[in-house]
Amino acid sequence: MFADYSMAELTSIFAMQAFAGLILFSVFVLMALGLAIIFGQMGVINMAHGEFMILGAYITYLTSHIFSEYAQNLFDIYFFVAMILAFIVTFALGALVEWGLIRHLYKRPLDTLLATWGLSLILQQIYRSVFGAREVGVTLPDWLMGSVALSESIEIPINGLFVMGLTLIIAVGVALMMYRSRWGCQVRAVVQNRTMAGAVGINTEKVDRMTFALGCGIAGIAGSAFTMIGSTGPTSGQLYIVDTFLVVVFGGASSLLGTIASAFTISQAQSTMEFFLSGSMAKVLTLLVVVGILMLRPQGLFALKIRR
Amino acid sequence: MSYHGFKSYLPQQDLLGFALLAILLLVIFPLSMDIFRLNLVGKYLTYAFVALGLVLCWGYGGILSLGQGVFFGLGGYCMAMFLKLEASNPEATKIQSTPGIPDFMDWNQLTELPFFWQPFHSLTFTLIAVIVVPSIFAYFIGVAMFKRRVGGVYFAIITQALAAILTILIIGQQGYTGGVNGITDLRTLKGWDIRSDEAKYILYFVNVAILFLCLFAAQYVRKSKLGRLLVAMREREDRVRFSGYDVSNFKIFVFCLGAAFSAIGGAMFTLQVGFMSPSFVGIVPSIEMVIFCAVGGRLSLLGAVYGTLLVNWAKTSFSESFPELWLLAMGGLFIAVVLAFPNGLAGLYQTWVAPRVDKWLANLKTPRPLTTNPLESRS
Repeated sequence: MFADYSMAELTSIFAMQAFAGLILFSVFVLMALGLAIIFGQMGVINMAHGEFMILGAYITYLTSHIFSEYAQNLFDIYFFVAMILAFIVTFALGALVEWGLIRHLYKRPLDTLLATWGLSLILQQIYRSVFGAREVGVTLPDWLMGSVALSESIEIPINGLFVMGLTLIIAVGVALMMYRSRWGCQVRAVVQNRTMAGAVGINTEKVDRMTFALGCGIAGIAGSAFTMIGSTGPTSGQLYIVDTFLVVVFGGASSLLGTIASAFTISQAQSTMEFFLSGSMAKVLTLLVVVGILMLRPQGLFALKIRR
Repeated sequence: MSYHGFKSYLPQQDLLGFALLAILLLVIFPLSMDIFRLNLVGKYLTYAFVALGLVLCWGYGGILSLGQGVFFGLGGYCMAMFLKLEASNPEATKIQSTPGIPDFMDWNQLTELPFFWQPFHSLTFTLIAVIVVPSIFAYFIGVAMFKRRVGGVYFAIITQALAAILTILIIGQQGYTGGVNGITDLRTLKGWDIRSDEAKYILYFVNVAILFLCLFAAQYVRKSKLGRLLVAMREREDRVRFSGYDVSNFKIFVFCLGAAFSAIGGAMFTLQVGFMSPSFVGIVPSIEMVIFCAVGGRLSLLGAVYGTLLVNWAKTSFSESFPELWLLAMGGLFIAVVLAFPNGLAGLYQTWVAPRVDKWLANLKTPRPLTTNPLESRS
């Protein structure tokens, strides 16, 4: 397997594959962060999470069009505007969905799963009617194009670096909010003991709505970042939803650190194997190993030590 | 079960329901439809097998599997492999570079039949494999998950992942499985042409007969002590465990039974439709099968059959006239069923129609006290 390559080539192959894995890792982390909040903290299964992400991607697409039509000179910074817009819209939709759908189903997690699946079908059809069935892509501003050459054979694309930086900022932001802010404290209190949290004066309904909406908002940002490395179609979200759930479950549902660690493991394993095996076999093997490990260790990699 | 005899196995109401379904499927449908439509109904009924398994697993046992398509697919593929081998005998395939192997293998430069295809030359082996292979697979999943007390949401996600894995695997291994097109161009079963109208009629009736066998088996489970235990487990798993039952074994059993039902459905699907492809294995079909069961009523065996027929009928007529509306309607259906009618059609029937039927039945005979059973009152 390795005999045909020289040592230097092998190094650069591994470096490039590892970098491709890092980009995949960033996408996984961005998607999984939202889910880790919604599923890990609230225990709600949101099958429409992928569609929230795609909504963010479509908003970025629309913003890029608006900027190139009306504000050509500001095109370089459209991406930041798009990201904020994507967050606001998905946050609002998330709050609406929580109000209309999720809050009636907190006691029936399996039913939430079905209802949000229904929601995802509806959203997919709406995207298809509004944006068409074909995949769309955005034009990147000039400063995001091109790549940085580290050595003769190792080149790193700038948009990949940007996505990674963005992921880092958002991950740190979420961690700060969860573990350092008053709101995060309330969320964790509600998760641990809803009745007691209510009794000490936390408005649990409001916390639930904010938590769900924030998870959706992060999905929106993830979708916005996603447009930089791939094109968006009405069903793109569905492709990622299983992977993302596995990432969250594998990491240990209630641990943010676990989510990041498992996203790293899964993405690196997949992209390294992809070079040597066919893409589908790499994916099958990765998923099988993850499912196998989950069968041996159902609580995931990083589990809270609590008795149930 | 034994202490009440037949009456408790099939109380009058259930008997009436079974009889009505039998009349509908065996008399009304065949007389009122042409063979094309009847074949379509036969295809829908193969999904009813899956829905039936889900009623037991999900409605009674509280185990929601989002990977029933895996078992449907395994059963269907086992059958399709046998039929494909028969269709690709050396004479029919003599233009290939290697005669006697299925055409898609030849296109993928395979020169001999892979070892796991070999036993499928035998019909007996195939029929056994249709049931045994998915059951063993379900058994392993069940042991791995339920012995470690993984359940609920986690189980749903992992079964869903398995459905995704199997789909990717089938599509990726084109030379061994026929890839994304699946196994197509199936012609004969032991020399009997399954594509003729006559064969389609016969297969329809065979399908209905097997469906009724499965319905009776499911009814037996439902009314037996096992059925009671399943309900008890769904409501308070710990209490059942503390009463000295090994909860996981019951879960494994009912999951395997659901898998076997699905696999039979898959095999009948292949026979009636004439092909099998990964599009019946993955996540989307698996979840759709859950909605058939939910629409019919997750606690009602007959409801599962009616729900499957109704949703599929709606799907076909919607997709014919307004294809873009179907996904919206389907999504709305998911939400409506979950929010407004958690017990589906059967629940509506129980609340609105059943009391009247009871009255009518009671009026027919000399009045006698209705035997009500608190555990079964919701079903």
